[in-house]
Amino acid sequence: MSRASFLTLLVLIGPAFVLFTGLVIIPVFEAAVFSFYKWNGLGPMVNFRGLQNYLQFVQDVIVHKALLHNLLIAFVSLVIELPLAMGLALIVSNRRFPGAVFFRTFFFLPYMLSEVITGVLWQFIYHPQYGLVRDLWSVVAPSATAPALMGSASTVLGAILVVIVWKYFGLHMTIYIAGLQDIPQEQIEAATIDGASRGRIFRSVVLPGMRTAIQLSVFFSMIGSFQLFDIVWAMGKGDPVNAGETIVTYMYKIGLQRFTIGYGSTIAVCIFLICLAFSIVYQRILVKEID
Amino acid sequence: MKSMARQNRLTDALRYTACAVMVLVIAVPLYISVMGGFKSVGQLRAEPLSIPHPYYWNQYLDMLSGRVGGFWSELLSSLLVGAGTVAVVLVTGTFAGYALARLRFRLNRVLYSYFQLGLLFPLAVAILPLYVQLRTLHLLDTRIGVILPQAAFGLAMMIMLLRGFFRAIPLELEEAAAIDGYGPFGFLFRITLPLSTPILATVSVITLVASWNNFFTPLLVFNSQKKFTLPMGVMDFMGEHAADWNMILAFLTLAIIPAVVIYVLCQKYIVAGLAAGAIKG
Repeated sequence: MSRASFLTLLVLIGPAFVLFTGLVIIPVFEAAVFSFYKWNGLGPMVNFRGLQNYLQFVQDVIVHKALLHNLLIAFVSLVIELPLAMGLALIVSNRRFPGAVFFRTFFFLPYMLSEVITGVLWQFIYHPQYGLVRDLWSVVAPSATAPALMGSASTVLGAILVVIVWKYFGLHMTIYIAGLQDIPQEQIEAATIDGASRGRIFRSVVLPGMRTAIQLSVFFSMIGSFQLFDIVWAMGKGDPVNAGETIVTYMYKIGLQRFTIGYGSTIAVCIFLICLAFSIVYQRILVKEID
Repeated sequence: MKSMARQNRLTDALRYTACAVMVLVIAVPLYISVMGGFKSVGQLRAEPLSIPHPYYWNQYLDMLSGRVGGFWSELLSSLLVGAGTVAVVLVTGTFAGYALARLRFRLNRVLYSYFQLGLLFPLAVAILPLYVQLRTLHLLDTRIGVILPQAAFGLAMMIMLLRGFFRAIPLELEEAAAIDGYGPFGFLFRITLPLSTPILATVSVITLVASWNNFFTPLLVFNSQKKFTLPMGVMDFMGEHAADWNMILAFLTLAIIPAVVIYVLCQKYIVAGLAAGAIKG
């Protein structure tokens, strides 16, 4: 390592520093400031409201609804998407399994499609007059008309959840495959020679060896669940009657459709605090477990 | 031994069944999109899963000839925004990652942690102030106004990946380069960068894909239709042709093709980036 002159550093780090500070750090701090005001985004910001926006946030029924949906999405990721990804990773990481590379490649494909395109495509699948759902329904109940899954408050969230699993399981599978490849093959062979069953090997060798990969994928999916926007927006913008609303779609509506920038910023700050709290607690638990 | 072989065959059969089901779950929606684009609305209503007969080419041809929708201009816009974001991230990220990896100065650790803060701040938190700021800077409805925030929010992750790679370059190389009279810039351009093509490719591809699929930033910034990127174009098209599902499906299919092409060509780098993130994370 050589000592660097100030000018060298200015040229090398300056651009990234300015870009990052100006468009990430300052806006985040501004959001914190805006969150104490009532402001429509135009003119001077004079209407200081103290903690009233935060009080409103705590009491807002739609916020409760949206956060509940986010929690449900996180829960479904945890109990359906990640185990599915793990199961498939175990199958397709085996090099002696013919076709493994093809399956691996194909399963990752949905993750490559844009959320909007995915959402619109699934709206068609769910369409009661044209979509696949109509045909599946005609098998189950030939005489009845198919339900409008996207149009009914009781089904819209479930319909979105299916798409989320469809779109993201491949990402987690790929993370798990990377984790599996880090486990020394000799360990598994040694356990096999010792007569350990498949289940035993999975519990005692594979799972501990994939610790980092699992921690990372859980972290991604939890944080991701609270930041979901594109897919939900493309699948009906959280409607009908907020039944598909997530916290970010609600923030967008409050901030940029109704131009209540102050209260919108309060929601943004709370999203950040929730994610921050989660990552601190998550890391604490992990650190404790290792000790 | 015999029963073992039979058990293996059985588990193999189960594995294939699981994989085949997942292949169908992924392939059927894509198939419906491609074929649906060739159907008339009447055909769509009658038989969503069948192969179209006859094929109606006019949906695809109308899009490709520009008679309906704005496929080409949206494709171009997606390309321009993607290329711009990649360029900004590559230049700023490589410079900063190199300085943080290889140069000694007092604030090195502090600055690295500062950039790492970016991993904690999701775009959603900053989007409202960002809107106000872009308006003040007169960057609303400009491509630069999409490129710069996308680059800024990708920077933390990319600096982490680049710094990690640059640190692994042996110190002896740097000492040899110093003897040859190379300063920090000489070492960066003559030795580090030529050795770093894999990580530069990974960073470029991940940034390009993220930009390509991004909807939130363009939605915030763009107003005029001629600047819309593909995801925005799809949403807009859907609003205008709500009942013409055959048109919408044809448009979706055309919009999916570039993503599939990028994926097939650059798969190695995408997976490498994810794996690097998974191991370091």
